[in-house]
Amino acid sequence: MSIGHVSPIRTYILIWAALMLGTIITVAASMVDFPGPLNAVVALAIATVKATLVVLFFMHVKYISYKVNIIVIVSAVFWLFLLLGMVSIDYVGRAFS
Amino acid sequence: MSTAAAAPGSNYLTNGSSVSSWLLTKDHKRIALLYLLSVTFFFFIGGIFALLIRLELLTPQGDLLQADTYNKVFTMHGQVMVFFFLIPVVPAVLGNFLVPIMIGAKDLAFPRINLLSWYLYIVAGILMLWTLALGGVDTGWTFYTPLSSQFSRTNVVMAAVAVFINGFSSIFTGLNFIVTIHRMRAPGMTWNRLPLFIWAHYATSVIMVLGTPVIAITLLLVGFERMFHLGIFDPALGGDPLLFQHLFWFYSHPAVYIMILPSMGIVSELIACFSRKRIFGYSAVALSSIGIAVIGFLVWAHHMFVAGISLYAALVFSFLTYFVGVPSAIKVFNWTATMYKGAVTLTTPMIYAIGFLGLFTIGGLTGLFLAALGLDVHVTDTYFVVAHFHYVMVGGVVMAYLGGIHFWWPKITGRMYPEFWGKLSAMIGFVGFNLTFFPQFIVGYLGMPRRYWMYAPEFQVWNVLSTAGATVLAVGYLMPLVYLTWSLRYGPVVGDNPWGAVGLEWMTTSPPPTENFLEPPVVTWEAYDYEHIKEVPVAY
Repeated sequence: MSIGHVSPIRTYILIWAALMLGTIITVAASMVDFPGPLNAVVALAIATVKATLVVLFFMHVKYISYKVNIIVIVSAVFWLFLLLGMVSIDYVGRAFS
Repeated sequence: MSTAAAAPGSNYLTNGSSVSSWLLTKDHKRIALLYLLSVTFFFFIGGIFALLIRLELLTPQGDLLQADTYNKVFTMHGQVMVFFFLIPVVPAVLGNFLVPIMIGAKDLAFPRINLLSWYLYIVAGILMLWTLALGGVDTGWTFYTPLSSQFSRTNVVMAAVAVFINGFSSIFTGLNFIVTIHRMRAPGMTWNRLPLFIWAHYATSVIMVLGTPVIAITLLLVGFERMFHLGIFDPALGGDPLLFQHLFWFYSHPAVYIMILPSMGIVSELIACFSRKRIFGYSAVALSSIGIAVIGFLVWAHHMFVAGISLYAALVFSFLTYFVGVPSAIKVFNWTATMYKGAVTLTTPMIYAIGFLGLFTIGGLTGLFLAALGLDVHVTDTYFVVAHFHYVMVGGVVMAYLGGIHFWWPKITGRMYPEFWGKLSAMIGFVGFNLTFFPQFIVGYLGMPRRYWMYAPEFQVWNVLSTAGATVLAVGYLMPLVYLTWSLRYGPVVGDNPWGAVGLEWMTTSPPPTENFLEPPVVTWEAYDYEHIKEVPVAY
């Protein structure tokens, strides 16, 4: 059985630095009062970028080739949207109840 | 070490006897036995709390425990039983032992992760016991906010950390099973030839891997809100308490299927074996496990119908809750059809399996009562709900687990238990269970709320019946502990296949060698091919 992709340490350090930068931007953004719902949008956007970096590089999703792994990842993301979508039925529906 | 080449004629039990050969083992069978001892310990801890609850409810007055203590007792009963017994019991004990053997593999895909999962379970268990020693928790096993995040003065964070760590144990087990079933099946063991026990564990593993992270993070957020006053669930801080319930039940409803699906896998094995027939509708039973895993994720908000969720969301979740009854019913009808015109033998495992059918059917059907939006308003948070989920989670899971333990006991230990005592304990357990929990349906429908230590005097007769039943049930659960332990030394030594069953686990020795099979198996037959196998001498 193959042991899978081995990334150079340099990649890990670069991604770690990017994540730290993301954290600094998150803290800085929290000190700025954006109009309307933009505070949450900005924070979630930064968090999404950071999570994507973790999944692609630290979890090696960028390098996978097995179809079954792709199915697993797509299912996991779909499951997350299922959670968010079904919870939204409640939150959106309350306005009409 | 257990991974060392076994001496000729030795088995997994005799291959190393030092403490380290057990505590550092990577053999899935030994890890299963470590789990067996651990979950049994927690079952009796949870049982002691159950006993205290039933004793308190013997009389309408709160005379045995203080109200605060009673809150802690039912909370600890729930948390210990759900997280430390019911969720791990079948996958971590029987699943660990049987999944690799049933598919013809030497071990699980990640033996070290398997051992790590047991250590995480133990660390979490010690934390839970420490929580108990410090005075326990009073939030109910559901950790509802804002009680848990704001008002409770008990050890919420420590209990939440225990459940958090235990969640990783569950995730590791699920991950191991998924990879093992995909990658390590013996030649010829196609998906359509997999035992239904394996299909059930595959579906369970998917739920474990997809659902458990959600509860882990949710409890972490409760801890953060409690300690650092982050506004997640507290309206005063801009949070939403219903968000907690959504996130909690997104895992905790499917968690019921983590408990019941592997039990259904056991029942499929038992009914096919003791009816001497191929399971009726193999594909339907296999796919219904996947159906339950998928649809079971989409019904969670039926726990929240009276909590103030949108009516439109309630309608959607009510419909989906009815819908999840379909794959469960497929299983029950197919098991019944398997028995029809079968050569049914009422051995101990089969009596447990038939008991499961009765109890699970009552539990499942009363779930449909609760899915009805109108009726649910009347019975929410009454003893009707308590009776319903005990019929599924205890009546169903524990009957199937004990049936499975008896069925595979000769394989696990190489010795047979006393059949008379086995049958007696199965029947005592069935009677005791019904006497304990059926009165709770009635008293709940009459309006007795759950989680109170006092109640109206007119409810006493039902509570006395329930407490009397609990003592009978306790006898039914203690008996196997006694005679199974006895059989370890005095039980008659049995052959490799005492039941004349099909399946790879019966083609290796009892107990199996460390590497499971002396020759790698090749599968050339269909699952449950009872009609075509040669007669095998049967020991019962």
